[in-house]
Amino acid sequence: MKNFSAKNPSMKTLLKRYRFFTITLVALGILTAIDQKLGIEAIGVVGFSFREMAMVIPPVFILLGLLDVWVPKETMVRYMGEDSGIKGIVLAFLLGSAAAGPLYGAFPIALILMKKGAKFSNILIFIGAWSTTKIPMFLFEMTALGSDFAITRLLINIPGIMIISHLLDKFIVTKEKNNIYENIKKMDY
Amino acid sequence: MTNRILYAVVFILLMASYRKDARKTKTALKKAWKSFENILPQFLGVIILVGILLSVLNPQIIGAIIGGQSGLMGTVISAVIGAITLIPGFVAFPTAALLFENGAGLVQIAAFISSLMMVGVVTIPIESQFFGRKLTFWRNISAFIFSFVVAYIMGRVLGT
Repeated sequence: MKNFSAKNPSMKTLLKRYRFFTITLVALGILTAIDQKLGIEAIGVVGFSFREMAMVIPPVFILLGLLDVWVPKETMVRYMGEDSGIKGIVLAFLLGSAAAGPLYGAFPIALILMKKGAKFSNILIFIGAWSTTKIPMFLFEMTALGSDFAITRLLINIPGIMIISHLLDKFIVTKEKNNIYENIKKMDY
Repeated sequence: MTNRILYAVVFILLMASYRKDARKTKTALKKAWKSFENILPQFLGVIILVGILLSVLNPQIIGAIIGGQSGLMGTVISAVIGAITLIPGFVAFPTAALLFENGAGLVQIAAFISSLMMVGVVTIPIESQFFGRKLTFWRNISAFIFSFVVAYIMGRVLGT
């Protein structure tokens, strides 16, 4: 078996790519062996999340593909680029807040925005908005925890996201820009 | 519901795109598949990890630890639980409401909700593929600290 994988580099990269998945799979197996009830519960949750993922992922990625093909770079630079100012910030907030689905859906979209020339602090605002000021979630939060709770949280979050985005942009991104853009290239199709 | 809207919108856009330029649309779909395939191994791993965590940390355990009298320790624990779990919002909000009714503190709930939504420890492998380890680390750290700011202010504003 070892010989086979050594002779076959694509097999090796495949194993490497799925290493994390394999580890979690083994952990799930161990959990089930120790406590069958917990294991079955975990498998149930896995099934549930898998269904959720299977529902959210296809439209998000198709949207990405379409965005990539149809939106010219100049448009993105104009609306969210270096000199987009307040307009870019507002747009980043709106884009993130209008989104549906878990945070991991935001990363591939952020990647495309980056590739098309959006300003990095706007991308961070987009991520922040996606994570916590989503409109559907806000409505849900109001009904579950009351409007005082939801509105107070929203009012703290908006400046909070802007401050965090600004700090990350200033202290991390400026130093790491090359690495981040290397990553984009690696993820490129 | 939001899913249906998302699907409808994407379907309409896809059709419009196809009518305008079939080849470009094909390229778009190819790109969509390629970027999905790129991230698939991380997704699968994360999903299993979430399953394990959620089965071990059920609402009863969470509720017992973060009651209204649990103070700073309870707040820290809530924020940590929020950071490592990945519960969808439509489960998290009712759960939070239930915990709240059963005596969990407002500050603790605010910390939990905030870090749940902004910090994603289990999705770090996915995030760092896109943004690199350093930015991912600092984004999550600052969001985690921010959860305490949110909790503190909400306690001040809404607390009795």
